Amino acid sequence: MVAVAWTDKHVDVAGVKMHLSRAGKGAPLLVLHHDIGTLERLPIYDALAQHFDVLVPHHPGYGKSERPAWLRSVRDVAVMYRWLLADLGISQASLIGLGFGGWIAAEMASMAPRDVERLVLVGAMGLKPPEGDILDQALLSYIDYAGAGFHAPKAFVACYGEEPTTDQLEQWDICREMSFRIAWKPYMYSQTLPHLLGGVRVPSLVVWGDDDRVVPLSAGHLWASRLPDARLEIVKACGHCVEMEKPDAFAALVTSFTDGR
Amino acid sequence: MHLMYFTEQPMSAYASAEGLKFGATALLFSNKHFDPAAGSRLYNEYIEQYVHAEDTGFDGIMLNEHHNAPFCMQAKANIFASVLAGVTKRVKLVMLGNPLPLAENPVRLAEELAMIDMISKGRLVSGFVRGGGQEQLATGVNPAYNRERFEEAHDLIVKAWTQPGPFRWEGTHYQHRVVNPWAVPLQKPYPRVWIPGVVSRETIVWSAQQRYPYIALNTSIEATKKIWETYDKAAAEAGYTAGPENRGYLQRVHVAETEEKAIENARQFMWMQGEFTGLAHPVWSSPSGYFSPTQRRAFVEFASGRAVSPRGRPSFEQQLEDMQIIAGTPRTVIPKLKRILDETRPSIMALWANDGAVSHQDSMTCIRLLAQEVLPALREHGDALGLKSPFEADAPVSIAYSKDLRKVAAE
Repeated sequence: MVAVAWTDKHVDVAGVKMHLSRAGKGAPLLVLHHDIGTLERLPIYDALAQHFDVLVPHHPGYGKSERPAWLRSVRDVAVMYRWLLADLGISQASLIGLGFGGWIAAEMASMAPRDVERLVLVGAMGLKPPEGDILDQALLSYIDYAGAGFHAPKAFVACYGEEPTTDQLEQWDICREMSFRIAWKPYMYSQTLPHLLGGVRVPSLVVWGDDDRVVPLSAGHLWASRLPDARLEIVKACGHCVEMEKPDAFAALVTSFTDGR
Repeated sequence: MHLMYFTEQPMSAYASAEGLKFGATALLFSNKHFDPAAGSRLYNEYIEQYVHAEDTGFDGIMLNEHHNAPFCMQAKANIFASVLAGVTKRVKLVMLGNPLPLAENPVRLAEELAMIDMISKGRLVSGFVRGGGQEQLATGVNPAYNRERFEEAHDLIVKAWTQPGPFRWEGTHYQHRVVNPWAVPLQKPYPRVWIPGVVSRETIVWSAQQRYPYIALNTSIEATKKIWETYDKAAAEAGYTAGPENRGYLQRVHVAETEEKAIENARQFMWMQGEFTGLAHPVWSSPSGYFSPTQRRAFVEFASGRAVSPRGRPSFEQQLEDMQIIAGTPRTVIPKLKRILDETRPSIMALWANDGAVSHQDSMTCIRLLAQEVLPALREHGDALGLKSPFEADAPVSIAYSKDLRKVAAE
């Protein structure tokens, strides 16, 4: 794999200073992170940068992006990302939405169907699962919630260490607060989105870990049935955070999907 | 002094082993362990105890509410205040208080409180609280907007109480086409508002800015003095000098006919401490966004077991030693309570007398002994210290009704 040079900068969207990491060449690919934020760099980001112009922003109020006190909904975040892409001169981008980021990606794809190249959803929140509920972090400790995103405890440790740092815990609390601010009730889903997905015009890939304890697989089937041209791929021995737990398998799924295979 | 009686209204009639087995006695601890027959008995005993407190000489009854937890079975303070408005004649009904952020419709709260004030013939003290973290989870209210909702609901209620309707309210968290309740408080300009609290600096400052008395809930003597420093500074910045009429204090104190009996019953205070601060997950009691961002780092360390509880968990003996809990016969508790007054100088004092599984009979005895033997000594001592309650001092209800404000230099 070619070494990847990342650039980090702040971009101003809706008066909010947002953090954006970018690397690679190729078609633009916007990666939208989980509700627990994202680590600064991940193997999957490097792998994707071999094929794409990868953009990894921090959601407003998460990580290094400023918190807009006025932000009230996940759809607001989707509008901000449309604004960001417009400012960057990107008229069409593929979207990868990870968990909570999947909800944002689906909002973007439904509100501007022609601006999306390909849509990839991974364990996406945003729809009410027909069976089971989205795991409620309000009732869980920071570490227990983040840990629930993995099938194998060692995969969690590989990402966050045996004992996540206090800085990391603080970050998770900041992320959690922002998730509460915009997705408290109903918790982590939209009641209107299922009715709007029919407008999506591009092929979608829905990826789910077979041991996703955060968003039940029933939601994966619902996404696949509501999106007009969608395929569901289930990754074996994997939890909610497919891109962290099985980065190679996930990268292969994404590249073959975008190559039209 | 204003001396009032308080109990958390414990729902202690459940198998305590079940709580220990489950590992928590709040929020998710199943209400299948709630026995409504025992609940009915206890509610009625509490009413009898409050009436006894009035008959024997207390000035006020302090009420509060909590949700989904055995340590307090009062799920709606307005219901008890309504009952007491009808069955008592003299005592102030001191609600400490209604958790404002939990209200989806603060106008309804304004109506209910106005009704309580009229039915009680002007005896309502309408305290307001943010509600504990678990209350937000138990009622589905967003903890991240807790303080915003608290302040907005307060402003709306005060406006509903003081401005003739109809008016429209277009706020951030509350929008009302028509605010025009046909129930307004008897007391003018509006019932006194007292604000209870434990640690939150923002609430202390806000109370001082409103000129509402702050009631320190059983904080240590040292912590209480710091609270007054913070309050006094904010008061001075708002243009007035805070005094005893701005200060209240809640003290755990149990009395009985003998020392041994008093100590035995006072151990029940530990029951509640186990329930409340011992057996619940920290992220339930402090959901993200509920606490001040300045506390974030300290909180995540505590919540992950990397630091001890900021409140600590001292032993019963230690708490007796520090007078966080006072227990004994009237003769032995009076000097200790006087020392609390000497040190903390409140004009409002709540005596939290009965908790856990203290029997009805012992609770009644405790109330009688406190009222007949302890309160007169406290009143005398309070008079000597010049601790005039807001009623005795005829203090303004809020900053907006103050006529003695100094001009504050513009910044």
